[in-house]
Amino acid sequence: MHTKVSLFIQCLVDSMFPEVGDAMVKVFNRLGVPLEYPEGQTCCGQPAWNSGYREEARAAAHRFVKVFSGADKIVCPSGSCVHMVRNHYPELFADEDLEFRMHVKEIGNRCYEFSEYLTDVLGVVNFGAKFEGDVTYHDSCHLLRGLGIAEQPRKLLRNVEGLRLIEMHDSDVCCGFGGTFSVNYPQISTAMVDEKIDNIVASGAEYVVGCDVSCLMNIRGRMARRGESVKVLHIAEILAAGETRS
Amino acid sequence: MTLQAGRNYREEASKGLDNGCLQKILKKLQNNFGKGAIEYWASMTDSGLRDRAKNTRMETLANLDVVLSTLAENVEKAGGHVYFAKTAEDAVNYCLRVAAKNDVETVVKSKSMTSAEIGLDAALKSSDIEVLETDLGEYIIQLAEDQASHMIAPSIHLNRSQIGRLFEEKLGAAYTDDPAELTRIARKMLRHKMLDADMGITGCNIACAETGRISLVSNEGNIRMVTTMPRVHVALMGLERAAATMDDHQGLLQLLTQGAALQKLSTYVSFAGGKRLAGDPDGPEEFHLVVIDNGRSKILGDNAFREVLACIRCGACLNICPVYGRIGGHAYLSPYSGPVGAVVSPLLFGINQYADLCKGESLCGACLDICPVKIDLPRMFWNCDISWPMVIGNRRRENMTGGKLWCSSCGALV
Repeated sequence: MHTKVSLFIQCLVDSMFPEVGDAMVKVFNRLGVPLEYPEGQTCCGQPAWNSGYREEARAAAHRFVKVFSGADKIVCPSGSCVHMVRNHYPELFADEDLEFRMHVKEIGNRCYEFSEYLTDVLGVVNFGAKFEGDVTYHDSCHLLRGLGIAEQPRKLLRNVEGLRLIEMHDSDVCCGFGGTFSVNYPQISTAMVDEKIDNIVASGAEYVVGCDVSCLMNIRGRMARRGESVKVLHIAEILAAGETRS
Repeated sequence: MTLQAGRNYREEASKGLDNGCLQKILKKLQNNFGKGAIEYWASMTDSGLRDRAKNTRMETLANLDVVLSTLAENVEKAGGHVYFAKTAEDAVNYCLRVAAKNDVETVVKSKSMTSAEIGLDAALKSSDIEVLETDLGEYIIQLAEDQASHMIAPSIHLNRSQIGRLFEEKLGAAYTDDPAELTRIARKMLRHKMLDADMGITGCNIACAETGRISLVSNEGNIRMVTTMPRVHVALMGLERAAATMDDHQGLLQLLTQGAALQKLSTYVSFAGGKRLAGDPDGPEEFHLVVIDNGRSKILGDNAFREVLACIRCGACLNICPVYGRIGGHAYLSPYSGPVGAVVSPLLFGINQYADLCKGESLCGACLDICPVKIDLPRMFWNCDISWPMVIGNRRRENMTGGKLWCSSCGALV
């Protein structure tokens, strides 16, 4: 019997890409993982933290800690939000009392990125997903460098029937999104995403896949403006594709 | 130090982005040196060296008063002079006094970012002293009346045909874009100047307290001439450049040359420290070590930013940063560019004029991966960020800083 998973749905998935949340639920249902959606969850506070608004970030983080304090396992379809909870909350709450800091640390340790949870916790890499096509994988910065997740999503993708994984050049270089960076410095950000897209196109893949919709939104938006035909998908959408095994 | 009037990060960044030649150069730089360093760190046999060096750096910073006084003692024992300069102006005035006392008319310099930080060249020139850079990249920059754009390779933004045209125009040399021939032209121009100069000014890569010797790495051999041929040698160092022991020094040297240029050891490592003694075949009659604070002790006292003083100025973070890799070094408007420059420039020169640097990074974290001494620059970007809602948004956020204001000289809350 699987441990119940509390879904931590990041803001961009909630507001712009709900299909990613649906796909994640579909994958968990297929595996028989019991789910709950803690009501009242909001942003983890990352945008405020990244922009220097610490008090505002702390307010959001306090709410997160409260909402998820009873959760066994917390799973989120975004590496950067998990990085925030696991690695930045301790710094954000450095001034709080020891008991609270221990509580925050412990919540961080129970918080997982989706592909990480499937491979490292559930130990499942193949659950009968089918997806026809050539796919290239983009390493999101906070997922890769903040959480050290690189092999897990690739392992999952390699086990999808019909899918061919092609590595692009410089898959680990930033796509230029960087949250508010792309808003504040659009020229630099655009130059960065253009190079990312050049590498995606040069790989010959029909799809680019990642674990963070923020990067994917950035890449997708620029691709659309450039008129590129490569499709952009979150890994959950790939894993949810195909017939259910059981 | 103040920004050049009328120049700002956004405009300079745009110029960099629009410069096709620069884009090609930066791509090549990052593909070779950035990727090379990451591969080397992953494969090095002594996998604990970087962590040990980081600890060494932090320990040295924690005991900096003792380390620096030991250094000074040992330099003085060898007949050298040590001067602790509180500010840039203080350091410049000391150099001018040394020059005046020794009737210096010509100065040859090896590469020193600290000299750019304190504005030494302009001060020497206004005292009618001829100043000549001898590092090839710096010499090119000086001829072009340009600014350095990379910590290790100051003229990286110019390609060989641009340099050929520059030499043609400024030196009257026949145009060539052959790197070997261009180097020969520069060598010929520089050599007699080095032989005839009254004073040599260098930076300092590592100052070893135990031995009282500063070490200088180079691949061109100019440094050994600058430190031995002129009558007077003045070495400039930021006060954080010190290493306590020769053991510490050894590890840092290795990481420095690997991080900077993927070299096990640079072609030359020069050790300097005292004056020429009886029986020495060469060396200066006077040696001065100028230990410069200029805001560093404030950084030292700041828990959030102390770690940035552990930097060994290898420039590796420039070779991987996707932002530096697009915009180049000029946009930073500081002698210190790239990720480490984005942290250190606001701290040294003021948060207000360098506000863009506090949020002009994508927070991708690649600079932490490549740093030989594992400085957590991304963490410091997040800390720098605290300042910008006030500065950029022009909104006072009382609740964010408890009503405190940012000190424009050190970046700390006051």
